Amino acid sequence: MSSVALEFDGVWKKFRKGEKYDSLRDLIPATVKSFLSAACRDELKAREFWALKDVSFQIKRGEAIGIIGSNGSGKSTTLKLLSGILKSTKGEIKVNGKLSALIEVAAGFHPDLTGRENIYLNGTILGMRRREIDRKFDEIVEFSGLEDFIDTPVKRYSSGMYARLGFSVAAHVDPDILLVDEVLSVGDMSFQQRCMEKMQEKIRSDVAVIFVSHNLAVVANLCDRAILLNKGAVVVDGPCEKAIEAYVKAMGSWDSKSESGDRRIRFVEAQFKAGAGQNPNMMKPHTPCEVAVTFECEARIPPFNVGFIIRRTQDMSYCYVATTQELGHPLFELIPGERLTVLFQFHAHLTRGHYRVDLNVRDPKGAGFLLAATGVASFTVDEQVTSHGLADLGLKATIQRVQARDQAPRLIQVK
Amino acid sequence: MGFLWAIFMPMMVVASGILVRKAFSVVSGKPMEYQAVMSVMVKSLPWAFFAGSIRTATNSLLTNSNLVTKIYFPREVFPFSSVLAQLFDFAVATSLLVILIAFSGLNIGIQILWLPLLLLLLILLTAGWGLFLSCATLFFRDVKYIVEIVMTFGILFTPVFYDAGMFGEWSYVLLLNPVGSILEAINDVVVLNRAPDPYWLFYAASWAVGSFFLAWIIFDKAEPAFAESI
Repeated sequence: MSSVALEFDGVWKKFRKGEKYDSLRDLIPATVKSFLSAACRDELKAREFWALKDVSFQIKRGEAIGIIGSNGSGKSTTLKLLSGILKSTKGEIKVNGKLSALIEVAAGFHPDLTGRENIYLNGTILGMRRREIDRKFDEIVEFSGLEDFIDTPVKRYSSGMYARLGFSVAAHVDPDILLVDEVLSVGDMSFQQRCMEKMQEKIRSDVAVIFVSHNLAVVANLCDRAILLNKGAVVVDGPCEKAIEAYVKAMGSWDSKSESGDRRIRFVEAQFKAGAGQNPNMMKPHTPCEVAVTFECEARIPPFNVGFIIRRTQDMSYCYVATTQELGHPLFELIPGERLTVLFQFHAHLTRGHYRVDLNVRDPKGAGFLLAATGVASFTVDEQVTSHGLADLGLKATIQRVQARDQAPRLIQVK
Repeated sequence: MGFLWAIFMPMMVVASGILVRKAFSVVSGKPMEYQAVMSVMVKSLPWAFFAGSIRTATNSLLTNSNLVTKIYFPREVFPFSSVLAQLFDFAVATSLLVILIAFSGLNIGIQILWLPLLLLLLILLTAGWGLFLSCATLFFRDVKYIVEIVMTFGILFTPVFYDAGMFGEWSYVLLLNPVGSILEAINDVVVLNRAPDPYWLFYAASWAVGSFFLAWIIFDKAEPAFAESI
């Protein structure tokens, strides 16, 4: 069998929006009307739109790719085309091997049947043989963690239990290609962890995995390649970090500056300085940094504090959040026309990535922010060791080898 | 208790059929023949199967819409499984009828060998129409109301409670309904122990086979649009 598991070749998909005649009662008058006036037919054509425009990509065995993009960019349409639920308008889709889709894992459940019966029902729907389910039954139940409730009708299950059982069945199908649409978001932390492990196990066992999610950190963790879709077209098809970065940038204000508030206090400027003569766009981890931020008061405002936030732009995770109040400063009071400069100093104990500084001004008694300014400064940490995780803890490994004979232990220090 | 459900609908049909026959005999002044009761029973069961299958098959895609839009597998399964479920009920009711016939002393002759073929034709016809109607309902929601009404009153237009022969030279009008001609043929071979009329048998067979394959082709052609139209 060829190593290409899936191929999308210039696929287009058309959808219609707006009203559709879904009953004879509406159709018959509409048909008569369209016979009388030809204009009506053109109007119908205009309602069509392309959900996917000339999408092409290939996926090999053992490869995990993420599909990311904002709502309505065509992610789910892509998955539905792959799984055969929808048919493409133009273009060719080749699927080599058995395909299994985790699109809505609990869709095949019958509420009146018990968990046990539903495992068989859903397993059959997903293409497993009865004997295969018999063999994997215990494993499925154990994975779901629902041993005590397996003979209870699933209509009595909580939504979390429902989804867990659904995922457990689907995860035990042995496909060559696995499609996953935002289903890992179910269950508690430990279940999500198990799901991730299961997915990684599938990838190692030469299954092609296509993963659709809005959780960029999970995509980055699981996939080596990602496809960024925007309005039905492929924008980026390449390494995960690249696609995610492009996505985050495309999301607008995320990386760029924005300011919101009621204009009683204004953000004037921020000066970023990386210590030890480092370039802020290429600094080493642990570099001491300084950000001096200046505000100007325009109208009477209540006493406030200033919040300082560092976020990683790659997946917008919070690296550090603190307010001046938490740092031990009293609330600031300004009169109109006065300026306030706060100097924040920190060490960038961060891993490789691009980071930005956000600020907010808040009256602790009031609701909402007096001012929220995002992206007032940004910097990039360049480090070769790892790009995983958020914090660079300055990890060192010391290895001790002990000989069986009584010799002094050798100490090797690795930096 | 499941098997009580399986015979509930056929029992209602049989009971109303016997009532209608009784009315006939009262009006005509002749006593009700034993054979008439048997033929009502023999024809009511296939009718109950047909009507039940068409009703459930028509809605089968809509009631499983979450499966249609979320998981891919051959969608023919839905209408076919409704027909199969009804076939099971039909089998339960038929086995009761067989016991009844055994005690009634009805003479079953060699002509009964036609029965498997006739039942096969009925199943093909039912499955074909079920396929077509399930897919039609998916695109046009009001089809199911039409089906509901036609199925409710269809029994009066089909020779179930009466025999097509009662209409004399007009009987062919009733036999034009392929379900009617199949039911009459079943009555012929089971109750009257005579061979079915070859022309009407051929007519019904063409309907059954033709509509089954035509419906399957239509279903297949329409299937790609199911998920987005439902």
